[in-house]
Amino acid sequence: MLSQETVEEIRAALTRYPRPRSAVLDALRAVQRQCGYCHPDGVKEAAEIMGLDANALQMLVTFYDLLYDQPVGEHVLMPCKNIACYLRGADHIIEYISTKLGIKPGETTADGQFTLEPMECLAACDLAPMMIADETYHGNLTEERVDEILAALATTSKRRDESIEGGGAHHG
Amino acid sequence: MAESTTYEPIILRNVGVADSWEIDVALAHGDYQALPKALAEFQPDQLIDLVKNSGLRGRGGAGAPAGMKWGFVPKGKREKYLLVNADESEPGTFSNRAILENDPHELVEGIVISAYALQVPTTIVYCRGEFALGHRRLASAVKQAYERGYVGKNVLGSGFDTEIILFRGAGAYICGEETALMESLEGNRPMPRPRPPFPASYGVYGMPTNVQNVETLCNIPMLVSRGVEWYTSIGTAPRNTGPKVYCVSGHVREPGNKELPLNTTLRDLIYAHSGGMIDDRPVKAVIPGGASAAMLTGENLDFKMDFDTLASMGTMLGSGGVIIMNDRTCIPCAVRRIEEFYNHESCGKCTPCREGTMWMVKLLRRITRGDADSADIDQLERIGKTIGFGPPNITLCALGDAATSCVTSGIRLFREEFEYHAKIGRCMTERVLVAT
Repeated sequence: MLSQETVEEIRAALTRYPRPRSAVLDALRAVQRQCGYCHPDGVKEAAEIMGLDANALQMLVTFYDLLYDQPVGEHVLMPCKNIACYLRGADHIIEYISTKLGIKPGETTADGQFTLEPMECLAACDLAPMMIADETYHGNLTEERVDEILAALATTSKRRDESIEGGGAHHG
Repeated sequence: MAESTTYEPIILRNVGVADSWEIDVALAHGDYQALPKALAEFQPDQLIDLVKNSGLRGRGGAGAPAGMKWGFVPKGKREKYLLVNADESEPGTFSNRAILENDPHELVEGIVISAYALQVPTTIVYCRGEFALGHRRLASAVKQAYERGYVGKNVLGSGFDTEIILFRGAGAYICGEETALMESLEGNRPMPRPRPPFPASYGVYGMPTNVQNVETLCNIPMLVSRGVEWYTSIGTAPRNTGPKVYCVSGHVREPGNKELPLNTTLRDLIYAHSGGMIDDRPVKAVIPGGASAAMLTGENLDFKMDFDTLASMGTMLGSGGVIIMNDRTCIPCAVRRIEEFYNHESCGKCTPCREGTMWMVKLLRRITRGDADSADIDQLERIGKTIGFGPPNITLCALGDAATSCVTSGIRLFREEFEYHAKIGRCMTERVLVAT
């Protein structure tokens, strides 16, 4: 099921680190980028390319917060719920988004547009209350700011993870 | 406190400079000036001595002397690693993100000088998965540094070869723990390893590894440029030296990263550097070093925010995440929120942490619902003490201990609020949401 592009991406990742197995997260991100989530068949194929057992990859999908084991919306909203944001009204922001979209935390809107996924501290407490929408940080959230962000996102197409590259160096 | 008012930021000096992450701008603003000096004027061992003599202590949480850690790395040419922990996730902490996004070249310079001192051929930077922009900027900075000869074969003609590899995490607090980080890097489920063996002898891929925090490494260039005498004049020599990036958050008017000498008082941090309290409300409680640090009351603000002073007060400087709470904060609710975090992030390997955090959350939810009594508060405290101060090594890593700090300190300092909440089911204090 994996496209040629995804397969090549996984193969390229295998030479990026001192040991090929270190490429597992890049491989899973490649699967997620193509499928929208870590589709079990895609994970299985990625495991085959890497010469690993599919379970070795699947157990990582369930462990990490940014790897999804089921489909998510086009846009993932990740408001921070941890202490620094909490002290500045995070609960209210999360509730506002939840009511506005008609979904509970962890759910996706019926039109597949938005997933609401409150997160633990995102290292931006100076911007509290804040959220990451797709990959962008938005701070000092108010109801009005949330309205603006959601309106802008609703008009943009599929999110793309542009920073999947491993960095400047290729090992070996 | 003359220093705290006259100190000019160094680590964060380029925050706010246009395109500060581009190499030409970085060069114009002082990056890569220390590296040629380090290569030309210092033997690797002399750099290790420089760091030892500076008193620099790790900025990531534990505060271990950086020079001592450098000394543990085996000498000579072999497979060994410098591992940079850029998986900043401690609640209340946001200094590394600022560095990665605004001055990635400063980190690259710190890495290359350190790699030379340790004679490591390979540095791996473990970058937090959520840091999309920081990762992108660092990747671009590394690429530019290769092109200009600051990294790679024969760095600046010195004959020293070193490479930098970036690794991107995928969202898990436990990966900030050094052995879990190595497991993650190796492609395994990120659960901490028993120690010994310690990373210095058996680290990533089983090879000797020196793990360093981003901010710690950003202290190295200034140390090389300006020397030990200058460095130790900042803060309190010999054990609490240099600048510290305090991450101030919560109910202050101007939250943010405040780079100040390590002897800055909490009062100055709040009132001189963070605009004071919103609506001039009093300080009720402070978590001085990230959510893993025990909280303090706001009664005393006149102490130095350094490693030793905070340790003597039963808490820690930790990651430097200073979370300020005003008088309207409900402590049981805040503690519950923090404990839910630890319960979510416990990797599940060690029973006391996995089960203990779950039971602490259950008890805290009952207490905040008003469906509990004094015995439940005692029970909560007992669980906290069992995991946190029980027999040594009850859990493999510090997450277990860390998960109890807010609970035990919260109950010790604000027990009446827990009693009230348990019986009445409402906050003793009227919490007002802050509109920002």
